[in-house]
Amino acid sequence: MSLKEKVESILQSDLVELSEFRGDICVEIPKRKVIEVLTRLKEAGFDYLSDLFGVDNLAYYEKAKKAKKKKGEDEPEEPKRQGPPPPRFEVIYLLLSLSTNERLQVRVRVPEDDLVLPSVTGLWRAANWPEREVFDMFGVRFKGHPNLRRLLMWDEFQDHPLRKDYPLEGKGEERHLNYDIV
Amino acid sequence: MKFQAIQGEGWLLTKAEQLINWGRSRSPWPFPYGTACCGIELMCALASSYDMARFGAERVAFTPRQCDVLIEAGTITKKMVPVLKRIYAQMAEPKWVIAVGACACSGGVFRTYSTHQGIGSVIPVDIYVPGCPPRPEGILYALLKLIDKIEADHPLYKQRPKLVEALEATK
Repeated sequence: MSLKEKVESILQSDLVELSEFRGDICVEIPKRKVIEVLTRLKEAGFDYLSDLFGVDNLAYYEKAKKAKKKKGEDEPEEPKRQGPPPPRFEVIYLLLSLSTNERLQVRVRVPEDDLVLPSVTGLWRAANWPEREVFDMFGVRFKGHPNLRRLLMWDEFQDHPLRKDYPLEGKGEERHLNYDIV
Repeated sequence: MKFQAIQGEGWLLTKAEQLINWGRSRSPWPFPYGTACCGIELMCALASSYDMARFGAERVAFTPRQCDVLIEAGTITKKMVPVLKRIYAQMAEPKWVIAVGACACSGGVFRTYSTHQGIGSVIPVDIYVPGCPPRPEGILYALLKLIDKIEADHPLYKQRPKLVEALEATK
């Protein structure tokens, strides 16, 4: 059984989209079933979480919003992407099967107005710091995370700097520490 | 001696200054503040093949209280700025700073939200070493330049304003 068939048989109806690029399988799963589906994948052999990160699809997102407004006019439309239109953020889990050495990319789309995902620290303790990083950089909050603080920026920092609408040179934030002994 | 200091650089004072400078310039103990790849070059400059100890940078101490030269090698992020300030404040006078590498000098290629654009705006820097990263020869050259600077210093004569003030207070 090939990896693709295997993944399809595990996910069944929870598979939103499956794409393949040079042998790498990438699946999308619905947001509300993240824990359930990842548990199933873990039990089926993808037992190692090699990375977890976020993506901000601001350009696609704006384009999709514009296209929605323009609907009705006769314009040559681009070939439609399969699946639902892209919500702004994505969180991607890179899974590895240690026994069969197969890799799988699982992505979850997170809409801008509901930036909450269940934490997978219960499944893989390795998800602790990557989830903190995604929270720090994109502002996605992970429900059930044991210690959801900023990982890279300092605690008083207000923004989420890897979002595409955050200016590259920042907004002039500086870190000030008061070393006076109380 | 007090009188000489007020009148100008007398013979006794200059000889004493020379003695002090001789001691200081031949033992600039470094504090290795390596925060990025420049730190690797600094390690190379300190190790046997380049051997910074030839010029008196003998004892690398990992406590700022026992060091004379803060060698800041690497990127300083905005998160790190208060730490750098504190390390500099902990060093005992006299103290000097060498900024090693493009990042420490000006922020380098990292003109971003997280990188501080040059440590010169936070602490006083004596020698800037450009390069990304500079070779160990560059760091050695900076140390030699710093030694020249220390030798040209006037540690006693610089205290003239203080002495004048003290003298006037006694009148």
